[in-house]
Amino acid sequence: MTGTPRAEPKESNRSPTRTGMRLIVPLQGIVQGRGGLILGSLIPCTLFYFLQFYLKRHRSPPQNPPSRSTSAANLSELQRSSSRANLLARGSTGRAHVSARVSSIAKPNDSPYYIGLDRVREDPYDEMGNPDGVIQLGLSENRLSLDLIEEWLSKNCTDSILGVGGDALGINGIATYQPMDGLMEFKVAMADFMTEVMERKVSFDPSRVVVTSGATPALEILSFCLADHGNAFLVPAPYYPGFDRDIRWRAGVELIPVHCRSCDNFTLSITALEQAFNQARKRGQKVRGILISNPANPVGNMLNKDLLYDLLDFARERNIHIISDEIFAGSTYGNEEFVSMAEIADSEDADKDRVHIIYGLSKDFSIPGFRVGVIYSFNKSVLAASRKLTRFSSVSTATQHLLVSMLSDKRFIQEYLKTNKQRIRSMYDLFVAGLRELGVECTKSSGGLYCWVDLSRLISPYNEKGELDLWDKLLNRAKLNVTPGSACHCIEPGWFRFCFTTLNEKEIPLVMERMRKVVESCKPSV
Amino acid sequence: MELMNSGKRQLLSKIASSDEHGENSPYFDGWKAYDNDPFHPTQNPHGVIQMGLAENQLPVDLIEEWIKKNPSASICTTEGLHAFKSTALYQDYHGLPEFRHAVAKLMAKSRGGRVSFDPDRIVMAGGGEMLMFCLADPGDGFLIPSPYYAAFDRDLGWRPRVRLLPVTCHSSNNFQITLEALEAAYQSARKANINVKGLILANPSNPLGTTLDTSTLRTLVTFINHKQIHLVCDEIYAATVFRGPSFLSVSEIIQEMECNRDLIHIVCSLSKDMGLPGFRVGIVYSYNDTVVNLGRKMSSFGLVSSQTQHLLASMLSDEEFVERFLSESARRLASRHDSFTKGLDQVGIKCLKSNAGLFCWMDLRHLLKEPTFEGEMGLWKVIISDVKLNVSPGSSFHCHEPGWFRVCFANMDDETVEVALRRIRVFVGKYKEVEVQVKKSWQRNLRLSFPTLMYDENMASSPRMMSPQSPLVRART
Repeated sequence: MTGTPRAEPKESNRSPTRTGMRLIVPLQGIVQGRGGLILGSLIPCTLFYFLQFYLKRHRSPPQNPPSRSTSAANLSELQRSSSRANLLARGSTGRAHVSARVSSIAKPNDSPYYIGLDRVREDPYDEMGNPDGVIQLGLSENRLSLDLIEEWLSKNCTDSILGVGGDALGINGIATYQPMDGLMEFKVAMADFMTEVMERKVSFDPSRVVVTSGATPALEILSFCLADHGNAFLVPAPYYPGFDRDIRWRAGVELIPVHCRSCDNFTLSITALEQAFNQARKRGQKVRGILISNPANPVGNMLNKDLLYDLLDFARERNIHIISDEIFAGSTYGNEEFVSMAEIADSEDADKDRVHIIYGLSKDFSIPGFRVGVIYSFNKSVLAASRKLTRFSSVSTATQHLLVSMLSDKRFIQEYLKTNKQRIRSMYDLFVAGLRELGVECTKSSGGLYCWVDLSRLISPYNEKGELDLWDKLLNRAKLNVTPGSACHCIEPGWFRFCFTTLNEKEIPLVMERMRKVVESCKPSV
Repeated sequence: MELMNSGKRQLLSKIASSDEHGENSPYFDGWKAYDNDPFHPTQNPHGVIQMGLAENQLPVDLIEEWIKKNPSASICTTEGLHAFKSTALYQDYHGLPEFRHAVAKLMAKSRGGRVSFDPDRIVMAGGGEMLMFCLADPGDGFLIPSPYYAAFDRDLGWRPRVRLLPVTCHSSNNFQITLEALEAAYQSARKANINVKGLILANPSNPLGTTLDTSTLRTLVTFINHKQIHLVCDEIYAATVFRGPSFLSVSEIIQEMECNRDLIHIVCSLSKDMGLPGFRVGIVYSYNDTVVNLGRKMSSFGLVSSQTQHLLASMLSDEEFVERFLSESARRLASRHDSFTKGLDQVGIKCLKSNAGLFCWMDLRHLLKEPTFEGEMGLWKVIISDVKLNVSPGSSFHCHEPGWFRVCFANMDDETVEVALRRIRVFVGKYKEVEVQVKKSWQRNLRLSFPTLMYDENMASSPRMMSPQSPLVRART
């Protein structure tokens, strides 16, 4: 792929040819008389091609950036073009500067999500050392069950990272190049673990597993494989703020939010999905897939079987993909049953090729530092392409090594999953009850490590600015880092995501006390 | 319904369906042959010997020894368990401070302590690809002296869509980079309307195994400074320098020169000099603050496992170990290089004089049937299928002249080296006879005509096709 104008006519010829011909042929009949065939087909064809060519040229910025002096003038140019750059990654201006595509995407640190994380890093709460520090409720991390893993490790200690004597892989696993998409033993272990997590309602096949260093690169790699730069995915909103970085940033795939409302408990509606798809078509944006998170982040609800079947039908009719981010599948605490997209795909033999699942060990297994993510796809070509891309995001063999032995201990895994769920449940109950005492309600959720809290009564004015004012108050005065709905692209202002699994039970009253102060200071005067 | 997309075909992206992953190049064909029939000293002595993978197996026992002696560095041991919780949760893209300090120290040591590195400029990266995302837009160009590492096309061209513009180097002056060639490549790129964003250097060079001298480096830095384009220096083989002249890094040169430091970036890793490819540690060190900040955010796509960071922080801070390791590793490399090149010399095969790297650049021009790339391919096919050595042909490195081959020697034990040399000796001997008799080239030494044994049933359907497989793993099982 080159950036020269030479390449463009070739591209533009392909799309109008087929659509064009279907318009042109009837036109021939209109032009009667001498030269009818030529005038009737050739002229409209030529005009049509030139129109396409003209439109294509005018959509991309000029190929030769005017030579400018390298200085701040260039930087402001970069920022101004940020909205266009999301669709077209061109327009590098000066020379010795970083690429426009990278610096012009709204700097991730502008998002409250990242600002909050930074603040916690600077001033973290510590019971002894820093009791007035910022309490982290903005990172969905699970600290409730790490002791179980630690206990397992202590019972299964080895002499070193190389593992126990009989292990053939030992030093060679570290000192030699191994398959970039994961050791076979590890893929088997991951497939087994995923099967356990989904409560054995579906069986995962190791040959469909591609291992990456975390779910973040897994998502990015999938985006590179399924969509071209400038294409789009439909994604139910509110959604995880990290998607913007994972999918829009380097892969250049747009995210079109499909807004969900509190009146429906933020459940996705197929009608809304259809509307969004059609609007995208009208704008000329090519939708390549739907990205769902199930259990949903940040709301915490789960998509039921019917909805999943509807989604698959929707995707089939429009010939697009479905990416299901199921990273919280094992962190469910409600009474509903979790249904994986894999289960749906399994039952509908004909359409598996469009279903792809993202998973990882950062949430359910509490080990985000070890960087383990999975792409699970039924599509052989996607697997083949993803495997080649994992060379930039592969998992340390030592880590795979350690996890193989851990994940193969079936009894331990079952115990762990069960206990983990119980602990999340009790924290959830305590947390929600505490909020309720303050008169604050949450949506009914059944999965994830967080709850979706309604603080809309407390914001003034009732818009994004009011929400961010409250967020600022919570962060800087109450010293609680939570994620505002606007960072998650929620269309209704006043909703916040509170993660509760970074706390221990003793800290809940402290959090509630700080919340109380904010709630009282925000009570609208009657 | 869209008129175009009728049918049930699942459309992949252009990137996924293109050939730009480069894995159809002959560089990888050799691996396919190896995957199908890997050499094993006892179980498959007539298999293909892997000499196309630049892996450093020589100092492996030193690492093993250190790890066993320092159980607290591994969190799965009784001594190390206390660090488990914090390590398991640590996902900060800055990277563990101890880890960054340790890597900075290692980098300084590999450069003879003549330059120091700031740990805050160290960014974890899944390869030089990340730098390309930071520095270039799709369609931008980077100059690169050829011959160059075959996989750069994939690493830099596939997702970032950067164009690589070769700067031809000739054997007549030992493949050194000349200013004339650089200027010529630059000007022709400009004429073709390509926005040249920078110059990529591999120092020590892959596949040549040579290091750049002071005057060349100075010329190059002056060049990029003058044109105000970036300089990306791939120094992953820095500590594989086994003989003088000693390694000169770009970081040393810029200490003595006027230069816009915002243009200088270094890529390192632990896969080559430390022989630890399994850990997946790639580092970008940039003197440009914007690149460091952006790169750090991008490192989320390729963070090093915190367990690994923890271990390496310990290992690389053990200064005494690191010094001993670096010198012993260099000594072993020197000895292996010497015995291999001597063996080749005995049959009249010369290699480019090199002082670094895990390979040598073999001159087989005199063995070509015709001095063309077809001739080179023909010879290479014979080497793969008859001599059963996976070597890499120069054309896959974009070498301007046919007849050069890269052969790796650090990823095997001494006995395997002997077997390889023996096969080469036999081949060259037979080859000389072919020049007299036409049919003789297909007559094989009894040993080589044995039917190939499948080492392991699993290998036939191995999912590991197309990925590098270390021969030593096979050899030990």
